[in-house]
Amino acid sequence: MRFTYSDEQAMLLDSVLRFGQEHFPPTERHRLIQQGRSGEAASWAKMAELGWLLLPIAEECGGLGGGIAELMALGEGFGRNLVPGPYVAACVLAPALLARGGDGQYDLIEQIGTGETLVAAALLEDDGGYDLHHIATRAAVAGDHWTLDGAKAHVEDGGDADWFIVPARTGGETADRTGISLFLVAATVPGLRVERFRGIDGHRHARLELDGVAGQLIGAEGNALADIEAAVARANCAYLAEAVGSMEAVSAITLEYLRTREQFGRPIGSFQVLQHRMVDMTVACEEARAMLCHIALSLAQGQAQFQRAVSAAKVRIGECGVYVGQQAVQLHGGVGFSDELIVSHHLKRQMMLAIAHGSVDHHRMRFAA
Amino acid sequence: MEFELDPADLAFREEVRDFFATGIPPEWRTRVRAGLRLHPEELIAYQKSLAERGWGAPTWPVEYGGTGWSPIRQYIFWTEAAAADAPAQFHQGLELIGPIIFTYGSQALKDRYLPGIINADDWWCQGYSEPNAGSDLASLRTRAVREGDDYVLNGQKAWTSYGHVASHCFVLARTSDEPKRQQGISLLLMDMKTPGITIRPVATMDEKHHTNEMFLDDVRVPVAQLVGEEGRGWEYGKVLLDRERMVTASVAIFLVQTVKGIREAATRRTIGGVPLIDKPGFKAKLAQYEIEVIALQTMVLKVMADAAAGVDSGPLGSMIKLRWSQLSQAGTALWVGALGPQAAHFAPLDNGYALPADMPYAMQGALYARVTSIYGGSSEIQHNIIAQRALGLKG
Ligand SMILES: Cc1cc2nc3c(=O)[nH]c(=O)nc-3n(C[C@H](O)[C@H](O)[C@H](O)COP(=O)(O)OP(=O)(O)OC[C@H]3O[C@@H](n4cnc5c(N)ncnc54)[C@H](O)[C@@H]3O)c2cc1C
Repeated sequence: MRFTYSDEQAMLLDSVLRFGQEHFPPTERHRLIQQGRSGEAASWAKMAELGWLLLPIAEECGGLGGGIAELMALGEGFGRNLVPGPYVAACVLAPALLARGGDGQYDLIEQIGTGETLVAAALLEDDGGYDLHHIATRAAVAGDHWTLDGAKAHVEDGGDADWFIVPARTGGETADRTGISLFLVAATVPGLRVERFRGIDGHRHARLELDGVAGQLIGAEGNALADIEAAVARANCAYLAEAVGSMEAVSAITLEYLRTREQFGRPIGSFQVLQHRMVDMTVACEEARAMLCHIALSLAQGQAQFQRAVSAAKVRIGECGVYVGQQAVQLHGGVGFSDELIVSHHLKRQMMLAIAHGSVDHHRMRFAA
Repeated sequence: MEFELDPADLAFREEVRDFFATGIPPEWRTRVRAGLRLHPEELIAYQKSLAERGWGAPTWPVEYGGTGWSPIRQYIFWTEAAAADAPAQFHQGLELIGPIIFTYGSQALKDRYLPGIINADDWWCQGYSEPNAGSDLASLRTRAVREGDDYVLNGQKAWTSYGHVASHCFVLARTSDEPKRQQGISLLLMDMKTPGITIRPVATMDEKHHTNEMFLDDVRVPVAQLVGEEGRGWEYGKVLLDRERMVTASVAIFLVQTVKGIREAATRRTIGGVPLIDKPGFKAKLAQYEIEVIALQTMVLKVMADAAAGVDSGPLGSMIKLRWSQLSQAGTALWVGALGPQAAHFAPLDNGYALPADMPYAMQGALYARVTSIYGGSSEIQHNIIAQRALGLKG
């Protein structure tokens, strides 16, 4: 049983940490994020050069076939320096879904790997909560192609996507687990309305309205749900590791602050209540890391157990991450609330990670089911 | 135990209800419910409408232009204001400096400043905190040196909220060095147009500009602007402690607005055709929240009743501040949770696209709520106060 990264994975984590420090030092990060896709262009190109964009992609699709541990090393590294960008959406989630299409999609996957193209999956619908099978969007055959009608409430990191992967019904009713197919839709196609938003963490998302939009079927018609759920669980692993990286980084920053900030003529770290709070934050980090190990241990037990472990981790890491972010702000006092320190940005990212691909409540119910 | 409104109080309640029946602009609603402060122009308009009605200063005695209301009437007023989605009045002039001026200030200062606070012709900001004097305010270093008829101020203030819109500032500065740090601090009233004041905005995590740093370089403040006696500013601050329980008490009453915000969001959002508000899990959470709000409001009522009876409430004010900040945070978090994935839609990236309902305000309120356990005496400091003053536990 392994509770640590292999040497290679540790080296990967190391280089992701260096990358983050180099490309997104706290002083530059905010300015780059505000520039949108162009602000992240240089770092994205660098990631492509380092092969990271190909890392999560299966070997048969032309990728490097990285496993969950590699995804976690990457995610953790991103989280420590709050590296922005649509990495998980474009490089983990999208290629896993496109793989369903076999060689028909290899060109697009290759373009993802080189960094030329961004693809995002449009999974959630209004009235669907975070349920992936709740799909009212319909696809119908019109002559020699498919057209799609419906709406997607939230496309994680879809703000800059060139293509959307859109699950739509080719059979069954809105909440059925069968009758779901995947379609590829170009962002510029007629009939598609893309509304772009950003979150408090600077991530850029989208909402879609599809009105007779031409889509290309990815793989076989129907029965796509299992692939979607598996791909989302995998993507969640990267997010969960990102949350743990961020928790540990902001805890370390807070510990340092407790040692240096003085009030009442002594370091605030000498106040017992703050010592205990810092201990609780440290316990939370340890617990969160344990949940990553729990996922790793579940891998040998098949997809169902793996997804259950991911849901368990989404619950506990979601809670612990937000707690640590909140207490980091609290222990910094006023400056914790400022935009200038990276501390509040960790909290904001934690809040968004906690709802990315399913809130704590959603995953608690999934675990219970 | 009994609580009954006498006929005069009941009639008063009708009067207040009538007043609020006509006036709160609907575009204020979500921000007010999310615990966010309205724009200064909006708050000024609201304050002026109250002043016109004679209700500009609900907690002040009649002789200074206040309403002279009993604590029960104040409670009624705030309850009705909260029910009508009215905002809390901006407190820095009204609750922080006004009462100090009418308690310790010269007649000239009273005449000059009290009316402007009530009718909102003046806007006051608070220049207390400094980069190294936060929880430990008595370590402040800004100096005021007497030169002829002026004090000359030098130093740096931190977190001067609304300094960018304020016409005046009340400043704590050191006028002498004494063995006890709390001594030798004076309270001065400063016109923000005085040369030598520089205001620099401080960006905060809620992406809303409300606070600033303030640099004082040879700022000349006439000696007549000193409140009370030189070197006793710290003591005057203590009058606030008694009044502050009223401030938090009043804002605690406004938590019912957050309950409404959550309830409406959860009624609007459906999951699988079922409104979120009808899902047992959510229902239980909202019920829990409402129960905690009821507990706090009843504590508020107790403080009011104590005040009416002239009884010392002890540390109840600190307890209310503590629980109020916790409930502000819990309530806005519940609201954001009720929005589901839409909570990630904070700002549009293209023109012409509307944000989902309640956004960005519910989220902004959730972020802003984080500071309620930091400012005005952090939660840790409130715990210390209760432990020491009420429980006699000494560090
Ligand atoms: C948005 C905002 C608006 C503000 N507006 C104003 C304003 O208008 N005017 C003004 O004068 N000030 C204002 N403040 C300042 C505010 O009152 C201070 O931030 C507050 O007093 C805390 O001080 P600090 O930030 O220096 O934190 P610190 O005092 O450095 O505290 C850091 C941490 O240490 C803890 N701590 C400190 N001492 C102890 C102790 N003895 N025991 C246990 N724990 C302790 C604190 O609880 C906190 O968690 C504002 C602050 C903010 C963030």
